[in-house]
Amino acid sequence: MITDALLLQLGYNATLVTLGAALLGMAAGVGGTFLFLRKRALVSDAISHATLPGVALAFMVMVALGGDGRNLVGLLSGAALSAAAGLLVVSWLSTRTRLAEDAAIGSVLSVFFGFGIVLLTVIQTMSAGRQAGLEGFLLGSTAGMLRADALVIAFSAAATLALVLILRRPLTLASFDPDFATSTGQNVTRTDLAMMGLVLAVTVVGLKIVGLILIVALLIIPPVTARFWTDRTDRVVLISGLVGGVSAYVGASMSAALPDMPTGPIIVLVGFALFVVSLLLAPGRGVVSAVLRHRAYQRQVHLRQGLLALAHGQPIYERMTLRLLRRQGWALPDGVATPDGRGRATRALRDETRWQVIRSDPGFEAAAALYDGLTPIETVLTPDQIVEVDSRIMARSEVSA
Amino acid sequence: MSGEEFVSLSLVPLLTGIFVAVACALPGNFLVLRRQALIGDAISHVVLPGIVVAFLITGVVSTWPMLLGAAAAAVVAVISIEAVRRLGQIEAGAAMGVIFTAMFAGGVLLLEQSDTSSVHLDVEHALYGNLESLIWLDATGWSSLWDIEALAGLPVELPRMALTFVGVALFIALFWRPLKISTFDEGFARTIGMRTAPLGLALVIVAAIAAVAAFDAVGSIIVIAMFICPPAAARLMTNRLEHQVAWSVLFATFSAVLGYVLAGYGPLWIGFADSVSAAGMIATVSGAVLGATAVFGPHRLRGAQTSIG
Repeated sequence: MITDALLLQLGYNATLVTLGAALLGMAAGVGGTFLFLRKRALVSDAISHATLPGVALAFMVMVALGGDGRNLVGLLSGAALSAAAGLLVVSWLSTRTRLAEDAAIGSVLSVFFGFGIVLLTVIQTMSAGRQAGLEGFLLGSTAGMLRADALVIAFSAAATLALVLILRRPLTLASFDPDFATSTGQNVTRTDLAMMGLVLAVTVVGLKIVGLILIVALLIIPPVTARFWTDRTDRVVLISGLVGGVSAYVGASMSAALPDMPTGPIIVLVGFALFVVSLLLAPGRGVVSAVLRHRAYQRQVHLRQGLLALAHGQPIYERMTLRLLRRQGWALPDGVATPDGRGRATRALRDETRWQVIRSDPGFEAAAALYDGLTPIETVLTPDQIVEVDSRIMARSEVSA
Repeated sequence: MSGEEFVSLSLVPLLTGIFVAVACALPGNFLVLRRQALIGDAISHVVLPGIVVAFLITGVVSTWPMLLGAAAAAVVAVISIEAVRRLGQIEAGAAMGVIFTAMFAGGVLLLEQSDTSSVHLDVEHALYGNLESLIWLDATGWSSLWDIEALAGLPVELPRMALTFVGVALFIALFWRPLKISTFDEGFARTIGMRTAPLGLALVIVAAIAAVAAFDAVGSIIVIAMFICPPAAARLMTNRLEHQVAWSVLFATFSAVLGYVLAGYGPLWIGFADSVSAAGMIATVSGAVLGATAVFGPHRLRGAQTSIG
């Protein structure tokens, strides 16, 4: 059943919805990246919660005009209008009053959502119209979707993705380096506006699939996940779009194939699983690789200190140092150096002595700054310089002798 | 409306609403000033998986396991947000967004997958609660307030919320000076030997306790609104923290009372037959208050544009 869903074998509507979800996921991943890089990820939470009163009002207007209030285009237009109003209020509060942006976001999302709930309870008491399904906008529901609605979603998701791709260049520039973007003649204010417009479009299209409470996850989780894998903006955008697309595709198919699987939460959880995998396994920024890097560093420090102790003929009490030296075959269990270990110890001591010389000489300041107790001095100085350093060591030892 | 009806139908929800509003607004003052306003948002989302897990373990909808589950979920969320932020070097807002949406999604999924049809536990309830259902059946009038037997039938939410309110108020009063200093100048607080990190955590925990105790009665939406709107509105009224807290308490109480009255009786006044969601209306009123102060508040502008007083 689940493979059927993944291979798009569940009928025309389910296929449309799944493809639409995948397109939307990609658009959300790409659009969310710019939001994330601008450190405004949670603005989208205010936008998405602000759609609720619009949906409810659109429903009431359509019923008042004699319809049954289920026209998806009408509901989504209402959502877009009130989301835009919410966005305006957020930016007005955070620029025209002294409230910080987080307070503006929180107040808009709670007040708009609260007002939406009031309108929903009004609708529940209305006798006209078919109210069933409005709750589906909270958590997303693709079950039993009409063909026309599925088409609307697939097309608008494709349009949103196309829009993101067209705006990719200026958005990348503005989110990576706003000052440089301004200096090249780009209108960053307008780019920011376009970014918010994109987020708005993703939110509104995603209402029916992911639901307004969780759509923010589709804008945040993919870029955060992508950030683990690369430091380059263009690749973050690409990977983020991929993560968003895969989460939405897999989530929507699972929801179509299995019982009691609400679409929005499944999509979010698939995305979260990808996030956890990246957090743990990504090369470079992942936790596992960080632990391995730390262990390797620890090992190096212990070996170096152990060798220096051997060179000075000092006993080694540190168990880990001794174990590492033994495993390398540089020391015997009682802490006495093997011939190999003695050679390495002498070399380590020579290296350390050379470092001490250049660290006490301001002429070597640039090279001495690289001292960390581990780097071999040969990687920092030229052979000529080393000869000079060695001659100073000789001179010093003659004086002291 | 007679006293009898008022006491049994409206007194308890009204008082509960006021306690919730003030208990959330008090820590909210500091959260807004510390730019942690959205913590209330995060906590109220993660409460859902907590209560669902508690229900799945115990099999019943009862207060204490659910409160414990919610509190545990809040702690898990705070720790995970911190872990994601540190391990992945991710900005706090995004880390919060990842964790609270994932936990909320997990809660919804658990709820859908388990058989909760026999009990009153659903997403809508967690979102906007049911303030109106807190009816005091044993009350026969104002005299019931002195009747031990009738008081025993008081909905459990009211004393619980009152207790929470007292706890929160005590915390704020006891730690007033350290909270104030560390909120406005954390560096200075540290140089005079204050331990700001545990204090910040304690503030978040107190906020979480208020949120968890409140959500059952009134749902999460009102909790978020009360954490932010009254303190934000109060911030636009004054520059002194003492006055700000006082204003926020006033605004919170005003929102709770007016919101409840408008939800219960407003529709009747304009000719509708049924009342609307009280939680939603309270949030709406608090938003209207914030809107009014944002336009008319004497200290609505930043920095030098306002006099310091």
